[in-house]
Amino acid sequence: MKRLFSILLVVLAGGVGAEDFDYHLAVQAVAPDVYAFIGKTEDFTIGNGGNIVNTAFIVAPQGVIVIDSGPSLRYGQQMRQAIAQVSDKPVVLVINTHHHPDHFLGNQAFADVPIGALAETRQGIVSEGNAFAENLFRMSGDWMKGTEVQAPSRTLSAGKLEVAGRTLHLVALNGHTGADLVVIDESSGVMFAGDLVFNGRAPTTPHADVGHWLTALDRLETLVRDEGVRVLVPGHGMVTRDATPIRQTRAWLNWLTATLRESARAGLDMNDVLARPLPPEYVSLPMAATEYRRSVGHLFPAIEQEALESGR
Amino acid sequence: MKYPLTIAAIALAALMPPAEAAALKDNGDPLDSARWADMEKTFLAGAPVLFDPRVKVIAPSTAENPMQVPVTVDATALASIVEVVVFADFNPIVQVLRFFPDGAPAYLGFRVKLQQSTPVRAAVRTADGVWHVGGTWVNTVGGGCTAPSAAAASPEWQKRLNEVSGRQWSEGPNAGRVRLRIVHPMDTGLVAGTPAFHIEEINFTDAAGKRLMRVQTYEPVSENPVFTLQRTVVDGALEASGRDNNGNVFQASIAP
Ligand SMILES: [Zn+2]
Repeated sequence: MKRLFSILLVVLAGGVGAEDFDYHLAVQAVAPDVYAFIGKTEDFTIGNGGNIVNTAFIVAPQGVIVIDSGPSLRYGQQMRQAIAQVSDKPVVLVINTHHHPDHFLGNQAFADVPIGALAETRQGIVSEGNAFAENLFRMSGDWMKGTEVQAPSRTLSAGKLEVAGRTLHLVALNGHTGADLVVIDESSGVMFAGDLVFNGRAPTTPHADVGHWLTALDRLETLVRDEGVRVLVPGHGMVTRDATPIRQTRAWLNWLTATLRESARAGLDMNDVLARPLPPEYVSLPMAATEYRRSVGHLFPAIEQEALESGR
Repeated sequence: MKYPLTIAAIALAALMPPAEAAALKDNGDPLDSARWADMEKTFLAGAPVLFDPRVKVIAPSTAENPMQVPVTVDATALASIVEVVVFADFNPIVQVLRFFPDGAPAYLGFRVKLQQSTPVRAAVRTADGVWHVGGTWVNTVGGGCTAPSAAAASPEWQKRLNEVSGRQWSEGPNAGRVRLRIVHPMDTGLVAGTPAFHIEEINFTDAAGKRLMRVQTYEPVSENPVFTLQRTVVDGALEASGRDNNGNVFQASIAP
């Protein structure tokens, strides 16, 4: 009986993939010499170890460019091993699109490589990185073992960047956070949109300025049209060949703010707003209920203030 | 104390629907908090206590923003209410606020800073001297009470200190509702270098000067507090006046 029980335990542990801390990262080719690792459209859990984010790499003529490094040291290490299976060229640059922990906590595995980010992102990682990491230790457990904040070493700014024989177009936007970097790889036409774009998963808003975010989405849609973008890699969710996830993200943000404004004008208090059901179109969207609840906490106080102040 | 409590519970149970009567307890904290005995001693000392499902405390089970956790206390199912005490067992400053409903129903919405996961409770004293206690657990990832207020980092708020904005709703599904926001840092005194600085008292009256509710507020109430009240009839403006612990006063009239 005891033996049966321990076998059962092993099976259960295997089921959630936690026993060997292997993220089973699968390289997905999205364009010639451009690859992505697509995470689950879930929240951080002990089961997924924080593999809920998309990361990517470009095999350039003189080396490999990495875009975002994942949620942990283990992820960064496994990502680097998976990259080495595809190319024996050295990694020459890591880019962090923004200061959220699932996008930069794998940096440690690239400590020997220049790591670049926008100035405000660098600052955010230095000031808030440890608190973020602590939170992920709580949510993802031992997957995080050994993970420490490795802050970017190089400031990137908007414009063309020549790296390893490849031209990147860096677009500095904001709205999801105070600084969101979008990378367009000119020769492949792949846009790495970071968390300005979510696909098939409700967007997160802990540092959002929704007005700025909507402006950024308009800019992205223009870029997709004018710069010959052929592939869109969102921060979370599947890769697409059109601008659908940009519109999807915009629709969610518009619905969210309209709901909160209308609630504030109707006299609802935060608990009433939290109790509102999701509309039918969002009931089955992954993470919709959770992100709605979180967004009420993040965004309602300011929207409510507007409504109360205009009421006088 | 055991004997009179049981009498009170039986008497009350007879007046309640069976489901609610079953939930009525005269001993044993339904929230199973290690601090309940301390709470009882501090706030309800010596008086009979009933865990009463008619005292509704609404708050999210997981608080996304520990600086602004919404709490709604609804004790309108009870009659002859003298006062309502709101406290959070595991907060560094336990007492959140007290309110005394006079002309207004015993209904108050507000937001609180929580430092860690804790029960949030309302104890309602009725004229017969019995405390009716309701509550709910709120899970949070700490930081609400020892994090500095946003105001502490900027001098901007000083120009607007104690500014009140608000609205009354006289029609629609929320008719009778009053909501107001007061600009105040509500500093807890737990952040080094920032002394406690908070609103202490707010009085709500109707246009004729009749008292609707008095509220005593303490450090854990959130920065720039927002209150939701319910009026039975909206007849004219609601007058709000109050002061903080530094003697700054405010007065505002909220038109319907
Ligand atoms: Zn993000």
